[in-house]
Amino acid sequence: MTSSLRFRAAIVSIALFLAFVGTWHIATRGTGAVASMSPEYAKLMGLTATQGKSAMPGPLDVGSKLWEHLKRPFYDNGPNDKGLGIQLGHSIARVGLGYFLAVIVAIPLGFLIGMSPLINKALDPFIQILKPISPLAWMPLALYTIKDSGLSAIFVIFICSVWPMLLNTAFGVAAVRKEWINVARTLEVGTVRRAFTVILPAAAPTILTGMRISIGIAWLVIVAAEMLVGGTGIGYFVWNEWNNLSITNVIIAILLIGVVGMLLDQILARFARMVTFPE
Amino acid sequence: MRDGLPENHCFTSPRLRGAGGARGRASFVGAIAMIEKFISIEAIAKRYPGANGGEIAVFENLWLSMARGEFGCVIGHSGCGKTTVLNILAGLDQPSEGAVIVDGQAIEGTSLDRAVIFQSHALLPWRTVLGNVAYAVTSKWRDWDRAKVKAHAQTFIDLVGLTGAEHKRPSELSGGMKQRVGIARALSITPKIMLMDEPFSALDALTRGTLQDEVRRICLETGQTAFMITHDVDEAIYLADKIFLMTNGPGAVLAEIVENPLPKDRGRIDLHRHPYYYALRNHIVDFLVSRSKTFTAENPGHDPRNVLVARPGLGEPTIVPLPKAVDNSAQAIAR
Ligand SMILES: Nc1ncnc2c1ncn2[C@@H]1O[C@H](COP(=O)(O)OP(=O)(O)OP(=O)(O)O)[C@@H](O)[C@H]1O
Ligand SMILES: [Mg+2]
Repeated sequence: MTSSLRFRAAIVSIALFLAFVGTWHIATRGTGAVASMSPEYAKLMGLTATQGKSAMPGPLDVGSKLWEHLKRPFYDNGPNDKGLGIQLGHSIARVGLGYFLAVIVAIPLGFLIGMSPLINKALDPFIQILKPISPLAWMPLALYTIKDSGLSAIFVIFICSVWPMLLNTAFGVAAVRKEWINVARTLEVGTVRRAFTVILPAAAPTILTGMRISIGIAWLVIVAAEMLVGGTGIGYFVWNEWNNLSITNVIIAILLIGVVGMLLDQILARFARMVTFPE
Repeated sequence: MRDGLPENHCFTSPRLRGAGGARGRASFVGAIAMIEKFISIEAIAKRYPGANGGEIAVFENLWLSMARGEFGCVIGHSGCGKTTVLNILAGLDQPSEGAVIVDGQAIEGTSLDRAVIFQSHALLPWRTVLGNVAYAVTSKWRDWDRAKVKAHAQTFIDLVGLTGAEHKRPSELSGGMKQRVGIARALSITPKIMLMDEPFSALDALTRGTLQDEVRRICLETGQTAFMITHDVDEAIYLADKIFLMTNGPGAVLAEIVENPLPKDRGRIDLHRHPYYYALRNHIVDFLVSRSKTFTAENPGHDPRNVLVARPGLGEPTIVPLPKAVDNSAQAIAR
């Protein structure tokens, strides 16, 4: 039953994909010669003018260009011409670093907030004000104080991924079932051991949910941040190709941003499944 | 001193009870004096902040004591403060006033000597059956190696009849099996006292019966002192040596201690055939139905330190006041 459902869903997915690509192809294909002009002039004007071809690349253009990129993902011809693999690598490295720093800060701090009502109350106003600030609003301040665009981008990732993790950890820790804490108490388990053997496993699913939200936000923000700071990264690539008017490359970049985002999410989802326990 | 149990039992037995008031009572006094107060709850109160700035007392000036190896059951209506008493005894909760003395020492917080069997079993769902029991074992004996912990945990899993289910997670167990794991976990740390808060109330009658048998067998075999909250009168009659009756809250009091006149070797199945069974049962049910509401109003002179002890028998229940002098001397020993 479930396998047949999965099979039917796959068929519908493929059909939708084909319909989309087909429509795209028809919408962007050439309509034949629209004007007669001298061959030199026509060459100058390009297919858009001569064949009635849309400025939007069709799926075949994108496909062949994508294949080109996939064949040489890591070439490096100077600052404005690098392989997509290198650009994605830069973005993933920034996200990874900023996210890692956020984990290191948010989880212990979240534990503290969750376990101590005093710290919870004391930090609450700061968190309430800092949380809704768009991470990109920090950018000028970061550039000014850090004076390094790469590090500023990492800082922006840090600041945007810290909040969901912090709040979820604090919530998860504070919401650990009283009876599990009482079990540890009646067994005279010390605070540190209790934190690792009861609170951490009990709060882990909530913490992982926060981490999963964070990685999603971080990946959303990196593209915008790199558009601002420039240099390297998939965000910079998108902006650069837009300036080159290479819509094909922009589309490819969009596609890859989606795929990488999905992979990051899937990795976190797998971790989340590992720590979830049925009740 | 330590061996108070058989003597206590002897004097509550119907044979001696019938042997004439004066003689019976004199012996009774002697027996009490011999019994060490293993658990002594002394003048505890628990208050919560009330609605308009005042305080609501769940109970005030509550005294309760138990001898080593005794099985005590608390019965009372919902909300009268039974769980509160048990949590204070466990060290999970602090009384607003008063103290609890166990084995001659005032308790401070929880202890591995006092195991709790929780109503909601409270197993750690991310651990297996073995893992849950082993967690308790490693908490008590921190320097034991894995093999020793495992072997010890296994003994208690076998004891509650869960052999073969060691590697299951709590979510894969039935309610009765979960409760057994809770019992195994509590017993595995070889506590001096077992505290049980309605441990079987969520189970079906059949499973409840089996677990009652098991708890009774284990308590008798290991000489466990047990304190149990229940709403089930038959459960109390089957398991308890002493049944503590509490009036309705707020301001609940321990109204009466009922001594179980049934023989120690009673069986769960033929409990109701015992000649004293109905007298005992009616006495408790009467209390729950009517006297628990009116007790405080009808007994203005109720002394919480000398709660009446009732021993329902063939006729009307005999109410014997607990002699004051003895109480004080035992008090002195405890302190
Ligand atoms: N945190 C609290 N704040 C205020 N009142 C409380 C609090 N905890 C318990 N109470 C009150 O204390 C009283 C006793 O509660 P307790 O849980 O001991 O009852 P109980 O006798 O165990 O009842 P039940 O049989 O339903 O389990 C109740 O009336 C309850 O309203
Ligand atoms: Mg209760």
